[in-house]
Amino acid sequence: MGDMNDRSVGAVAPQRAGFLEPLILKAGKTLASYELVYETYGRLNAEKSNAVLVCHALSGSHHVAGHYADDPKKVGWWDNMIGPGKPIDTDRFFVIGVNNIGGCHGSTGPGSIDRATGQPYGASFPVVTCEDWVVSQARLMDRLGIRTLAAAIGGSLGAMQALQWTLSFPDRIRHAFVIAAAPRLSTQNIAFNDVARQAIVSDPQFHGGNFYAHRVIPARGLKLARMLGHITYLSEDLLMEKFGRVLKRDEYGFNYDVEFEIESYLRYQGDKFAQVFDANTYLLMTKALDYFDPAKETGGDLARAFANARAGFFVASFKSDWRFPPERSREIVKALVATRKPVTYAEIDAPHGHDAFLLDNRHYHELVAAYIDKVAAEIGAGPRRTPLLLASSELEELSGYRGAAKEGI
Amino acid sequence: MSALPNAQSAQAPLQRYDFALISSWIPEGARVLDLGCGDGALLAGLSATRNVTGYGIEIEDAGVLASVQNGVNVIQEDLDSGLSLFEDNAFDFVILSQTLQAMWNVEGVMKEMLRVGREGIVTFPNFGYWRHRLDIFRGHMPVSKTLPHSWYDTPNIHLCTVKDFEDLCRKLGAEILDERVLHEGRQVRLMPNLFGSLGVFRFRERP
Repeated sequence: MGDMNDRSVGAVAPQRAGFLEPLILKAGKTLASYELVYETYGRLNAEKSNAVLVCHALSGSHHVAGHYADDPKKVGWWDNMIGPGKPIDTDRFFVIGVNNIGGCHGSTGPGSIDRATGQPYGASFPVVTCEDWVVSQARLMDRLGIRTLAAAIGGSLGAMQALQWTLSFPDRIRHAFVIAAAPRLSTQNIAFNDVARQAIVSDPQFHGGNFYAHRVIPARGLKLARMLGHITYLSEDLLMEKFGRVLKRDEYGFNYDVEFEIESYLRYQGDKFAQVFDANTYLLMTKALDYFDPAKETGGDLARAFANARAGFFVASFKSDWRFPPERSREIVKALVATRKPVTYAEIDAPHGHDAFLLDNRHYHELVAAYIDKVAAEIGAGPRRTPLLLASSELEELSGYRGAAKEGI
Repeated sequence: MSALPNAQSAQAPLQRYDFALISSWIPEGARVLDLGCGDGALLAGLSATRNVTGYGIEIEDAGVLASVQNGVNVIQEDLDSGLSLFEDNAFDFVILSQTLQAMWNVEGVMKEMLRVGREGIVTFPNFGYWRHRLDIFRGHMPVSKTLPHSWYDTPNIHLCTVKDFEDLCRKLGAEILDERVLHEGRQVRLMPNLFGSLGVFRFRERP
């Protein structure tokens, strides 16, 4: 473990960028002004060609790698992927993590104060989409002087943003890492999202989204939403292996208390999440997932949707992911191939389910490293300066589970 | 990295005699699909020297990783389940280099090659090679440079002779455009099915 810690980007600090240019949203509404909170790791080179944007998924944030000096335990959510000697190495790349609009980690979102009213936005915060996020991210790149991304990388909802970059700004992105993604949500995916939303909005403390004024949070609803989501992020095999039918006590209690380990685990995860996450953000993120559908404007033809994309694509899926299973990634690959795009596709044999994209897996990390080396060669960034060091398979088992418990998508 | 378990890849250090011939058939800028691409060496070479574009297909993790490391656009896919990712005539050439003999569904893959490619190129170890015949005459399964595995650990399940492959082409309605039998990189003209160890066929759907 000592070696792995040496490869951290170390203590980091979030930064903040304010934008006064209104953001016209896909929903037809306008965000008059907004702030983005972000972190950067590594150094932007003189040509400003080595930028890698990390897009976060449902519950992620701008805190992608490293830790905070005053809170060393608050490690970034993709710290195993980003750092010196890690797959996306910060010796050669300038890595940017940004909290999306609508988020609850510092960027303008439902919990922020609306300058027009002096009150939290709450229910009045507009629904935002992947397209909107990508526009706001591009403006942050403008602010940082970055014309072209070497790559955008994301898993799940983050992967959708990486994909969207190649469609919205085809000449501003060289490569997209599209990991554990789907080209659009399935009916079942949307159904799960709606149950999660119903759990939140039916919590009496939700107050139609304006719970801030009542100084309460819809913790029960958010907890249920997270418990449901969490089940879908993990594979059945993993749950079985980790929890089985193990009981907290020796015998059945024949009551409705917590009895099985899995109940205890899920409730704990749900409670923890409900204390730190914003219910409106959860609603908004699930809607952004539901609305993502680049083929909608091309009559369902995904290949035509990709026609103008110019990036190279690294697409990866996980065999045990039943939320966005490999077949969904293959739809993306098929569309890219039909339009003759450079694409690499790997189907990774990891047992964890959807969350596998966040976890240590030697082969997965080697693939990302090999692909980013190709990107490095393209931009003339040279070879790695810190040798690639990956978690051993022993660590994989341990940190694999801990990681899933820690963050989730 | 562990040894590549794929049939072609396992032989890679020994048998690249077909690459030079294949390369000579591929024109500048062609679109190429390499089935069972192993570490991607053929495509990497073709893109460097002939400016070809296309993809490698590989099922083994180690081959996929090696292909990415070689800068090849590789797609992890089981050939035996077909080439459903690809549209009809999407490629100028579809290559199956020393992989055929390790496949379950040889006929299905041949049909798919004819569908997605304007031309197909197949290379395979010739089971009719005299040393193989001699091994069998002596009462043993053949082991040679082109067939380096023992019978009990071989990935090769569909071995054939040059004549057998001609028959398969005929059966599938494929027109053979070129047919060479090599031994250690040199073309064998005298009794090729006996003295050649590596069959190399170029074919297309009969117009």
